[in-house]
Amino acid sequence: MMETISLTINNEVHTVLIETRQTLLSVLRDKLFLCGTKNGCNHGVCGACNVLVDGKAMRACLLLAITLQEREITTIEGLSENGELSLLQKAFASHQAFQCGFCTSGMLISATALLDHDSTPSISKIRHELGGNICRCTGYVQIIDAVKSVCEGKTDCT
Amino acid sequence: MHVKQDGSKYGVGISMPRRESYEKVSGSAVYTDDMVLPGMLYGAVLGSDYAHARIKSYDTKAAKALKGVKAVITAADFDMQRCGMLIKDEHPLARDKVRYIGEPVAAVAAIDMATANLAMQLIEIEYEELDAVFDAEEAMLENAPILHEERDSYDGIVASPGLHNVASYTRCQEGELDVWETCDVIVEGVYETPAQEHMYIEPCSTIADIDPMGKVTVWSSQQSVFIPRQLTAEALGIPMTKLRFITPQVGGAFGGKCGVTNQPVTVALALAANAPVKLTYTRSDDMIMNKSRHPSRIYMRTGADSSGKLIAREAKIYFNTGAYADEGPLIGSVATFFSRGPYKIKNMNVETWCVYTNRTKAGAFRGFGVPQATFAGESQIDELAEKLNMDPFDLRMKNMVATDDKWLGGQNIDHGTLPGCLKAVYEASNLRERPKQQKLDNNKWRGIGVSTSAHVSAVLSASAVVKLNEDGTITINTGAVDIGEGADTILSQMAAETLGLHPDDITYTCTDSDTSPYNYQTAGSRTTYVVGTSVTQASVQVRNQIYKHASEMLESAESDLEILPGSFVGVKGSPDARIPFSAVAGRALNQVGGPIVGMHSWLYHNTPFDKETAMIEGFALDGGGVFCFAAQVAVVDVDKDTGKVEVVEFWSAHDVGCAINPKSVEGQIFGGVVQGLGYALFEELVWIDGQISNPSMMDYKVPGMNDVPYDIHAIILETQEKTGPFGARGVGEIPLNGVAPAICNAIASATGARVRTIPATSERVLQEILKLE
Ligand code: FES
Ligand code: FES
Repeated sequence: MMETISLTINNEVHTVLIETRQTLLSVLRDKLFLCGTKNGCNHGVCGACNVLVDGKAMRACLLLAITLQEREITTIEGLSENGELSLLQKAFASHQAFQCGFCTSGMLISATALLDHDSTPSISKIRHELGGNICRCTGYVQIIDAVKSVCEGKTDCT
Repeated sequence: MHVKQDGSKYGVGISMPRRESYEKVSGSAVYTDDMVLPGMLYGAVLGSDYAHARIKSYDTKAAKALKGVKAVITAADFDMQRCGMLIKDEHPLARDKVRYIGEPVAAVAAIDMATANLAMQLIEIEYEELDAVFDAEEAMLENAPILHEERDSYDGIVASPGLHNVASYTRCQEGELDVWETCDVIVEGVYETPAQEHMYIEPCSTIADIDPMGKVTVWSSQQSVFIPRQLTAEALGIPMTKLRFITPQVGGAFGGKCGVTNQPVTVALALAANAPVKLTYTRSDDMIMNKSRHPSRIYMRTGADSSGKLIAREAKIYFNTGAYADEGPLIGSVATFFSRGPYKIKNMNVETWCVYTNRTKAGAFRGFGVPQATFAGESQIDELAEKLNMDPFDLRMKNMVATDDKWLGGQNIDHGTLPGCLKAVYEASNLRERPKQQKLDNNKWRGIGVSTSAHVSAVLSASAVVKLNEDGTITINTGAVDIGEGADTILSQMAAETLGLHPDDITYTCTDSDTSPYNYQTAGSRTTYVVGTSVTQASVQVRNQIYKHASEMLESAESDLEILPGSFVGVKGSPDARIPFSAVAGRALNQVGGPIVGMHSWLYHNTPFDKETAMIEGFALDGGGVFCFAAQVAVVDVDKDTGKVEVVEFWSAHDVGCAINPKSVEGQIFGGVVQGLGYALFEELVWIDGQISNPSMMDYKVPGMNDVPYDIHAIILETQEKTGPFGARGVGEIPLNGVAPAICNAIASATGARVRTIPATSERVLQEILKLE
């Protein structure tokens, strides 16, 4: 069954015709071509699809788009403003907190949510809060370093 | 290293951020599945329900009749041929027989995924079920069902050993066979390692587009544009002139995207539908249809004299390659080649069988046979040390290879950097002071374990083209696919260093089989060394041509010229006598000489085996070379009540010759260590009656941030590699090789329990602990 809904994504209202059973991930990628949000498992395990819903990091592959009409959604594309990267994004670049980059959107979303709620998390809190985002490349050390550097106010480490 | 006017540094040795940083952190990097073409169809693949069966007939009529379905194909429709990197034994879609549950047997292209999935349910295939076999040693028994009746007639570079279900057999023998009497201590054991899933976060994805002339352009998540093009051409009987392969960003690969994955099927669907087709595997299809690491069973025996001098080792290694050989014969050869470890053991006798069974195939995975052999070998070093009442570290120091010692097979070790690696971890981890066994709260015990490992970092051929552009910038073109490890960046750094350019003044061409010069694959820890050599040499040619023009333009001898920051060439000591590269380019293009292009192409020649000292049989490689070494130390806590193991700290020392980009080297080390930690403790594909019972990320655990220590210490040593670009050698695979034995040795030190089967799950550890009581 198809239905037209409105979604507020990165401060923009999108009106889009969807299948009622379509996930937010599918709507983002297949209907709106916001492809920065990735599909790693489609089953809520890897975190590559994480987006912010009213400021909370959530799995886009587990959310039905139709239930999100009143919510504020932020995707990776919404973390930078007019092409200017956020501090966290810059820190990921300077710390090489990614390799293949496939987990990076979801990781940045989770880290953004974490720092929004706690600007000085401990390492164990970072490990706990980002524990649901799987990265197969980095071994996580440089990701933790990048997040820490933002808390400590230094992003340039080259 | 160069310094810009503003003081910033660039070139070799600098941890400059990745070239593609902006795309990857902003979410704008384009991976295959992110692409959409006008009129594009969606593909899906139907897997076999049987582990072993003859295909009697297909009925695709109902599927084809479904509205929105544009193509339904089977091997019969395409006259698909067998292909394979070493043995041509596999059809892209099963033909005549299926050999594992989930083997692709038919494929559909439809206007959307829902229609494609519905069509798959309408395909009827009649099978005649055959007996199946799942264990490598059982498959070798005379009464076991045969998977490949025609193995002896298959083409490929690996001859059939003529043994029951054996894809390939390798043996290496050195010294004497009957020396066991002379050993004072002998350890003997059976070691088992799991089928580890690559679990790159981006599942395999391919898009094939067809132009009016019938030429197919293929975008795919792959480790080369050349090998998949070659295998697709062979499988579908299409000339390479009709196939163009391009690689967008790759979301991880680790060997799992070597060779071909779903490119041939996608191309076949596009040809059948005469329209562009995208085929992206679901996670579970990816786990079932694509390869894993070879599970192994290794029978090993090692002997030493009472002083701890290693005397003899013998091993029988069984690799379960599943239904198809893939790179198994080469992986088996490499395992044999590394079965002695980096030690001097005079008497060696090692045999490896790579055996067909009715399971998903196994193939290349970071480490390529070395992790399996290292797990057995490094476990035995500790077991011997215990029997000898020696410190395992000292036993390693006593027997390790150093510069100008010989590797198994007789190759000279030109840079024996292992002693430096061992000393580095010894000091960094404060090994001398650390108790071997320490009781913590409750029934938790802390232990410490050491391992060493080795790898090679050069194989096969590569080439590079470096062009001077009209404005004085540079374009680099190699066939090297960056699968996330950072090749684009470090190759740019090498060109930048050679030409004095800032990497921003270098553009790096996307790999494209029509326009890129040949490169084998991103595999074998070879890109830095092999492709780096080509990029550097091609850059040197460009530099020489710049000097030649500049010497005429500045009326100065070439030997008096130097490259200056900011794309200038000038006369040494005369700051005003300089010209920009753009002026040189303009002169070359319009006045004398023609465009400035550097081009280098080469084949790395392995040092051949010494046939005088080693009896070598069935090797799929003709030698080795450019050895690299590592030493690792793990500290673990084991809960003796539950068997749960936690790695609390880890050191990993690597001699990389020259760290072109130190942070990228560290990234390889951290990433390899954590994949190795997963291999040691959690990761295992499990088959029940021939069916993978955990084909999802939910049921197959890879380490998350909470499962691994933050305290992983990457130690980089730099003993220049004489033949390498800027003295560099590779580091991609070696960080994984020794992690599992370091952890299992630490478990033994903490508890006395020796785990010889990994992953060392709580259950397995507890079982071993209980055996001691
Ligand atoms: S794609 Fe949503 S959690 Fe993996
Ligand atoms: S960077 Fe590749 S999965 Fe995280």
